[in-house]
Amino acid sequence: MEKDLHPVIEVRNLDLGYDDYIVMRDLNFSVRKNDIFVIMGVSGCGKSTLLKAMIGLNEPLKGEVLYDGKSFWGADEAGQQKIMRRFGVLYQGGALWSSLTLRENVALPLQIYSNLTVSQIRELASLKLSLVGLAGYEDFYPSQISGGMRKRAGLARAIALDPDIVFFDEPSSGLDPVNAKMLDDLILQLRDVLGATIVVVTHELASIFTVGSNGIFLDAESKSMIASGNPKDILTNSTDPRVIQFLTRGRKISLPQADKPAVGRQGV
Amino acid sequence: MLTEKINFDYSTPKTLTIKLSGEWIISAVLPGTGGILSELAAHKDIAQIIFDSSEMSNWDSGFISFLFQLTKECKRINVRVLHHGLPQGAEKLLALALLSNDKKIAPQNDHEFFFGWIGEKVLNLLKSIHSFLNFLGEVTLSFLHLITGRAYVRWDDFFFTVQRCGVDAFFLVSLLSVLLGMILAFVGAIQLRMLGAQIYIADIVGIAMVRVLAAVMTGIFMSGRIGASFAAELGIMQANEEIDALKTLGVSPVEFLVMPRVLALFIMMPLLTLYADLMGILGGFIISVSMLHLNPIEYWNHTQNAVRIKYLWVGLIHSLVFGLIIAISGCIRGMKCERSSAGVGEATTSAVVTSITGIVIATAIITFICQILGV
Repeated sequence: MEKDLHPVIEVRNLDLGYDDYIVMRDLNFSVRKNDIFVIMGVSGCGKSTLLKAMIGLNEPLKGEVLYDGKSFWGADEAGQQKIMRRFGVLYQGGALWSSLTLRENVALPLQIYSNLTVSQIRELASLKLSLVGLAGYEDFYPSQISGGMRKRAGLARAIALDPDIVFFDEPSSGLDPVNAKMLDDLILQLRDVLGATIVVVTHELASIFTVGSNGIFLDAESKSMIASGNPKDILTNSTDPRVIQFLTRGRKISLPQADKPAVGRQGV
Repeated sequence: MLTEKINFDYSTPKTLTIKLSGEWIISAVLPGTGGILSELAAHKDIAQIIFDSSEMSNWDSGFISFLFQLTKECKRINVRVLHHGLPQGAEKLLALALLSNDKKIAPQNDHEFFFGWIGEKVLNLLKSIHSFLNFLGEVTLSFLHLITGRAYVRWDDFFFTVQRCGVDAFFLVSLLSVLLGMILAFVGAIQLRMLGAQIYIADIVGIAMVRVLAAVMTGIFMSGRIGASFAAELGIMQANEEIDALKTLGVSPVEFLVMPRVLALFIMMPLLTLYADLMGILGGFIISVSMLHLNPIEYWNHTQNAVRIKYLWVGLIHSLVFGLIIAISGCIRGMKCERSSAGVGEATTSAVVTSITGIVIATAIITFICQILGV
């Protein structure tokens, strides 16, 4: 089957910031259908701020975010809600509602936006939890499970309504390698099995190279996007030291070399 | 020789060789950079410093700190510091420390001048008022959505809050109200006994409790208990991005989280106040009968005659207003809370202070209006 190159999300001339403070300026990129699009950059460069502008939480200072050609920030409240219903979001810490059980967390979007019966909603919520490997944990509260499980439960909630687009904010942060790998696999499955378009904000190199099919690199110093494309291609072709330093964990940036052996070094 | 750890050598032209010896560790006494700087001031021809560390034994971050300071000072007076003669590890660490040596200015509020400070406070106040009115508007809109059946309210939260405001608060409200009634009876007795009019203690306790004191006392108690918990709960939800998750689901956090809390407190405050009225009168009754030896029937009749229905309404209006003030203060502080543990603490404190201040101001306004209306 030929890949659909139609852009699902387009970001045009976007300036981000708070009051008078500019975080990023003049961002332009598009996310194609079925892409796993990674937004890369060092901590504090504005990745999450960009994500918030894309999912409707922070209004940009300037520019547009288009979903299938329709401007999100130019739409009225009903229009924005219609667009929001197309996507699911997995937040950094899972952001599960702490007073609800895992099943209730996943069931809430279904209660609001579907006409299913209570028992059907329960079944569907259990199914979504099973898909992320949490079968049997339906009646647990978020405080009773581990951080990795909370993220997976958050993913189950994000995909409760079978969204076209799923956003991930730092999915691997704070997870052990096994759980991080499990989440990466889930992201790939979401794209391959459900046909979703995925946007991932991350600085985890393993995730970037495992799941990323396209992406952009944000730079805090210049407050702009300094590279775009497939992460592996960026690594191969980019000559920008900031990008290379990030994608190689700084291994190509050498520290000053000394030519004298240490004398009596005891520890700092 | 400057100290036993530092020696100077001028054998190379325009170069000061610093010979380091002994232990350079935090637990030992370490020399400062002052001696070296004085040496440089005395020898104006010195253009660079090199080190000889062959006589050094142990070192740790105390040594790095000394070198770091010296390098910065020498840069200021245009003297080069060459690090090649240092122990290898020290040289690397120093290079690492000097990499991020640019002074960053922490963001801070600029209120050096008095008028600037005043201006900033006024702007912050205006911002707070704007934010409060916005929030009030959102709550009103959500209420309209609720009565037209368009709001998505979590009723479990409503019943849970009703329980917290009601059953869970009964014991403390009872205790405080009975004690308040007793105090009023005691204080009244001091003066009324001299006039032989102790029986009017019933009037004082009844009117004071029913008109205003039971409502104020319950309001202050609920500010600390419920208002603070609203702010903390919503503040933590804000910090954990739970409120963001609601927004991206297309659910209004005000409808989902704030409305059940405001409604529960709005309904429970008058009921608690009525209960506090009774408990306060009971407190006055206990003291009057047991210690002041008043006739119980007479006390009861006096209370019935003194407490008119309009006083009951005044008390209930107080309690409804207080309920709104406490719920909205708690919820707004929680919803606007900064995403940190300090932010949650600040929101909680601020909710209690705002509620109590609001209660006192509202009491003054209602009392003034009642005075004008002759109630």
